Amino acid sequence: MNFQEMLMNLQEFWSKQGCIIQQPYDMEKGAGTMNPATFLRSLGPEPWKVAYVEPSRRPTDGRYGENPNRLQHYYQFQVILKPSPDNVIELYLESLRNLGIEPEKHDIRLVEDNWESPTLGAWGLGWEVWLDGMEITQFTYFQQCGSFDCYPVSAEITYGIERIAMYIQNKESIYDVEWVDGISYADVHHQSEVDYSHYNFTVADVATLTTMFNLCEEEARRVAALQLPQPAYDYVLKCSHLFNLLDARGAISVTERTGYIGRVRNLARTVAKEYLDQRERLGYPLIKDDNLRKELLKAEEVEG
Amino acid sequence: MNKDFLLEIGVEEMPSAFMGRSLEDFKTITAQKLQEKRIKYISVDTLGTPRRLVLHIKGLEENQDDALIENKGPKKSSAFDQDGSPSKAAMGFARGQGIEVSDLEIREVAGVEYVFAIKKEVGGQTEDLLSGILLDIINSLSFPKSMRWGYYHTRFARPIRWLLALYGDKAINLQVENVLSSNYTSGHRFLAPEPILVESIDGYFTALRDHYVIVDQVERKKMIWQQVQDVAKNAGGRAMDNEDLLNEVSFLLEYPTAFYGEFSVSYLDVPPEVLTTSMIEHQRYFPLFDDENKLLPAFIGVRNGTDFRLDLVKAGNERVLKARLEDALFFWKEDTQKPLAEMVPGLKEVLFHERLGSLLDKVGRLRDMAVYVGQENGLSTPEKLDRAAFLCKADLRSNMVYEFPELQGIMGRYYANEGGEDSEVADAILEHYLPRFAGDSLPASETGIVLSLAEKLCNLTAFFAIGIKPSGSQDPYALRRQALGIVNIIIDLGLKSDLRQLIGQAYEGLQMLSPDRNREDTVNDLMDFILQRMRGIMLDRGLSYDVIDGVLYQAGGDLSEIMLRAEVLRKFKMASQWEDFQVVFNRSYNLSRKWESAAVRTELLEDASEKALYQHYLQLRPMVEIAVKEKRYEAALEMLAGMRTDIDQFFEAVMVMVEDEELKAARLGILKAIVGLCNFLADFSKVMP
Repeated sequence: MNFQEMLMNLQEFWSKQGCIIQQPYDMEKGAGTMNPATFLRSLGPEPWKVAYVEPSRRPTDGRYGENPNRLQHYYQFQVILKPSPDNVIELYLESLRNLGIEPEKHDIRLVEDNWESPTLGAWGLGWEVWLDGMEITQFTYFQQCGSFDCYPVSAEITYGIERIAMYIQNKESIYDVEWVDGISYADVHHQSEVDYSHYNFTVADVATLTTMFNLCEEEARRVAALQLPQPAYDYVLKCSHLFNLLDARGAISVTERTGYIGRVRNLARTVAKEYLDQRERLGYPLIKDDNLRKELLKAEEVEG
Repeated sequence: MNKDFLLEIGVEEMPSAFMGRSLEDFKTITAQKLQEKRIKYISVDTLGTPRRLVLHIKGLEENQDDALIENKGPKKSSAFDQDGSPSKAAMGFARGQGIEVSDLEIREVAGVEYVFAIKKEVGGQTEDLLSGILLDIINSLSFPKSMRWGYYHTRFARPIRWLLALYGDKAINLQVENVLSSNYTSGHRFLAPEPILVESIDGYFTALRDHYVIVDQVERKKMIWQQVQDVAKNAGGRAMDNEDLLNEVSFLLEYPTAFYGEFSVSYLDVPPEVLTTSMIEHQRYFPLFDDENKLLPAFIGVRNGTDFRLDLVKAGNERVLKARLEDALFFWKEDTQKPLAEMVPGLKEVLFHERLGSLLDKVGRLRDMAVYVGQENGLSTPEKLDRAAFLCKADLRSNMVYEFPELQGIMGRYYANEGGEDSEVADAILEHYLPRFAGDSLPASETGIVLSLAEKLCNLTAFFAIGIKPSGSQDPYALRRQALGIVNIIIDLGLKSDLRQLIGQAYEGLQMLSPDRNREDTVNDLMDFILQRMRGIMLDRGLSYDVIDGVLYQAGGDLSEIMLRAEVLRKFKMASQWEDFQVVFNRSYNLSRKWESAAVRTELLEDASEKALYQHYLQLRPMVEIAVKEKRYEAALEMLAGMRTDIDQFFEAVMVMVEDEELKAARLGILKAIVGLCNFLADFSKVMP
């Protein structure tokens, strides 16, 4: 199965499970979790099922295209099931089987791995999934997001899609993965890995990025105050990415680090709060059971 | 009549690190709840795998024990009038308790008589009580981290997916959130995914075994270790014996099959600690060694399942390890391109503590301290100590330690050796972290000993100076462990140094940070903190409380001296002269304990016995003092015990507390002087007979 078929295979599988298939969000982000289809949607009482491919950027992981296992830009296949269904692990294993990985022939383990994003004020408990000793998926039950408790709890499944492709195609390097017949992952991404590694580590202008960070922080705050959570969230994402770039550039000292993270976390909390208020004002349209909806709205009125 | 009971909590994969403790708690809580509910049993056992927590109670009584309930009512005086007729209060109380007035009993509480309603509560049937008790047990289990799932509010380590409860062969109804108990269980996740009907408790254990689940953790662990050893033997090697790893592996699977894998010999260029850490920490493999204890380019993994397509599993694991080791080799090559000293300036970028500056600042203080401690103890040389202190944190800037933090010190030593540093300096880099845990080895080289002490003293003094010290279970900077390290190093190696002076010196290095607490308070607090650790260690070594309390505060900051005195005292307490010594001390001490002055106006002494006693004292004093100076403590104690006869005669012949104040003062002065001389070794008022 080539890379493209794998993505389509997963989309089809999760589509059949009732997920809407969204497309990647059009901004830089470190992980699929930061897509508003996860970060915002996992807040509040409304159910939500979604799957999408997310291009993800980790500037510090750049290796100038020389490391067979590490990239500063890669893909995640992300699934959110809210509330988490009882058979969520079985569903996940079924999706592997669909990719041609038969669990009986391998050694599949769920090894404790808890996820935390200090910048998003988010954490959850779960596992990394091992396939014959290789981590292929991160599996998390969200407990908090934007510093708010998640209720109901979402299950997040994040496939390390390149890793799985290497396994299925029996390749020793990500770059050798076959995207489609005759076109490799290297053909699509190698040169940009080299270029971005130069940019991230040596070229990015620290003064410019610092100014941009400050401007974006300001804008996020201003827009959030106008009760426009999603546009405000865009600037939180920008802040997060700019922070990562500054970090890769070695421009953030240890003492400053905590400060930066705290600033982004505060923004994320502000936006989360605005989003929660907005959904309530809208009357939780995704809750189809009218009685439940009214009950929730009433309860929140009482709590005030 | 009794029957066996079984509860299986089916869960999604539990964190392996929680399991040992959780199974213990499960057992303790069950025993406790059954006792509260007055239900007897023969034994409680808990078993578990990643997917199930199992409670197995043998001989659980079918009926709860009866109980007597005693409820206190009004005072007797207000319950009955003088004729003995009940008042309204008594009748109301009896009615409220549901008994006849004539059945009320009178009992005395703290000298006052009250009416009591004594009722016998007949024990209920265990079967009816079980579901309530089980829910209580499940809700009482706590974990280091717990979570919610779906629409539910229950917290557990991981979601609960099924419940099986059997009392004898009868299913007990129980509900946790949306999970209803039944008499079905699940086998191995992949090898036997269909639900399995369980008709009896014995049947449960057979069914699990038939469906690829070894539910008993002890049995599973034994199986794994046996398999690992067999595979190792076949491969001509010896597997690493690592209890933590074995425990972890046993809680990561339900049905073990060990397999052999290899990696390229080219990775053996990397230090073995790196390879084993990667194998253990990342992959949970057992490393293999040859007869000469050299690492082999091989590993043993344990799969959750049978040997079906083990070839695929082996190949997959080999490939993963190769990628890991490739990274390690890359880090090793990168790190050894430049000498270790070049990593030192980067420590400026590593925060030690926001109020104590960077690690580079700390290294500056440590260099001065190491040289000072070395000179005070006459160990190593200033050049070696300064160099070792300068380099000892540099590896924190290496790629390898960034990836494997537990290799700090170990890598520093390798990098120092690669860069041609003096080998004792290199060893000291590793040794300055020792001891890392209770029972860990101590630094061996002189430079390592000094650097380890200096490091711990610098850390402790710095945190105490800014007002951070451990409280309760909060000890984020591991200050207790470091204080224990100081004590162990000093007493085990018999170092002679005054800790108070060393702490004071460490404090001087902090002056430019203008710490909150002054030098005197810092020294006193920290000395006391270290002495408390010293006390714990002495107890662990079998010294009794009274011996410890007797000597702990009598030797200033010299821990070896405290230890020496404790040993002398312990032995002397078993010697034949101990009784005499005690008489001398106690008779002197009892009367004079509130007396301040040891001055004696000899011209006032009347009786021959008091003159003789004082004379004896004056004679002994210089001899005792010389013996003490020469640390012939036992001899000194024996001399003092020799005053027994004189003391006895003194008390027989004279009365101390006479009306003549001056004479009384002289006699008390003699006793006080004797106490003072006895206490050269310890505070004997704290020592038990």
